[in-house]
Amino acid sequence: MAREGDEGRERDARVPVGRRVFLSLGALATLGVVLGARLQSAARGVLGSGLGGLFPFGDRFRLYSITGSYPAITPAAYRLEVSGLVERPQTLTLADLKAMPATRLVRTFQCVTGWSVPGVAWEGVALSAILARAGVRPGAAAVSFSSYDRADTESLTLDQARMSDVIVAYRMLGAPVTQEHGGPVRLYVAPMFGYKSHKWLSAIRVVERVEPGFWERNGYPVNGWLDGSTGPTDPRLGLA
Amino acid sequence: MGRVSNPTILRFSATQRVAHWVNALLFLALIVTAIPLYLGSLFGLVLERHVVELVHLWCGLALPVPLVVSMLGPWGAPMRADLARVSRWSHAEVEWLRHLGRSALRADKFNPGQKLNTVVVGATVLVLLATGAMLQWFSPFPVAWRAGATDVHDLFALAITVVIVAHVILALSHPRALAAMVRGRVSAAWARRYAPGWADELGLDEPSGATDRAGAEKVAST
Repeated sequence: MAREGDEGRERDARVPVGRRVFLSLGALATLGVVLGARLQSAARGVLGSGLGGLFPFGDRFRLYSITGSYPAITPAAYRLEVSGLVERPQTLTLADLKAMPATRLVRTFQCVTGWSVPGVAWEGVALSAILARAGVRPGAAAVSFSSYDRADTESLTLDQARMSDVIVAYRMLGAPVTQEHGGPVRLYVAPMFGYKSHKWLSAIRVVERVEPGFWERNGYPVNGWLDGSTGPTDPRLGLA
Repeated sequence: MGRVSNPTILRFSATQRVAHWVNALLFLALIVTAIPLYLGSLFGLVLERHVVELVHLWCGLALPVPLVVSMLGPWGAPMRADLARVSRWSHAEVEWLRHLGRSALRADKFNPGQKLNTVVVGATVLVLLATGAMLQWFSPFPVAWRAGATDVHDLFALAITVVIVAHVILALSHPRALAAMVRGRVSAAWARRYAPGWADELGLDEPSGATDRAGAEKVAST
């Protein structure tokens, strides 16, 4: 550098533009991280929910598959096994589920990694109703879930499983749950982060103790309460 | 013009060129893996997400390595000198950029557009690295920050992709500038035309004059 300076012509006054641009971008990014959630709400207002889905700061589901493909199950072939510590093991069809009293919820879907989608409509059967239909035997303390992807597993304590906003959902976003969103039937655990809302639900097993699922074995908390809330209340995230 | 020798000047050292192309490969891998990760719904058709994620993560973590290594030690001198150039601008350069290249300028080794590109890419790499790390190791951060990091990561990635596409288009439309990033050298005539300020510094005379007073940089071997 000294060599170049020595040989160079007389230089006029220098402006540290490089440093300014560098620091400005850094400051902008920091602001974006800290105010991200609020910017998201602003973008939602500007872009609307249609266009917003395509851009950063928009409301968009991010789809994670742990197997590299989405299991394909036709509604007619769908079966939900209910077994374990129950009086009456069940094999429920989609029609069986739809014949049971429906629970409808509209909530912000919140991923543990940060993204969220506000105002998602859900419809399904309260998990508590399915457990009651099968009859939970004494000694049971937890529920384990399996998936048609043959890889993902989830679990809840029996108390959590009986909360009124934990449902076995067959409708989402105003339509039957799509294949990519875990259809035809998935779990929706409203008071917890998205990874607890197990997709392509194939079986419910009532067990003696909590068996940490796939995501929990990969470092996520077993109790995925939204923002540290401790009960089945609406998430207090200030995002919606 | 019947010149016996066709004098060339070293524009980018071997270290700088290797760093540039390793960096380019990492960027390419990051963009290619980012597409299925971002457009999740396309995803199931491609590969195991886990594999794509791992490639993206490791390429991202490796991204600063070529730059940092190329700045260190004795072989890092050209890179350090160029970065110093890129950081400090003359008032004429600021004016040139402000008028989108329409004001007169005796360009330095790098023109203001090239300088701005370097700074923006450098800053963006750091932002992507920091927000990417927040996404991978999210547990210490509040959920609102994780959301912010996700959006900032996406937005800066989108912006840098546009910048890189423009960079590649410009490079392809200036083959001799591109050649300098491949073989390292440019002709004295090129330097006088596109980087006259730099040519002055190196003491390159007008075409008719002697051209071997160009200083140490000129004779450095590739």
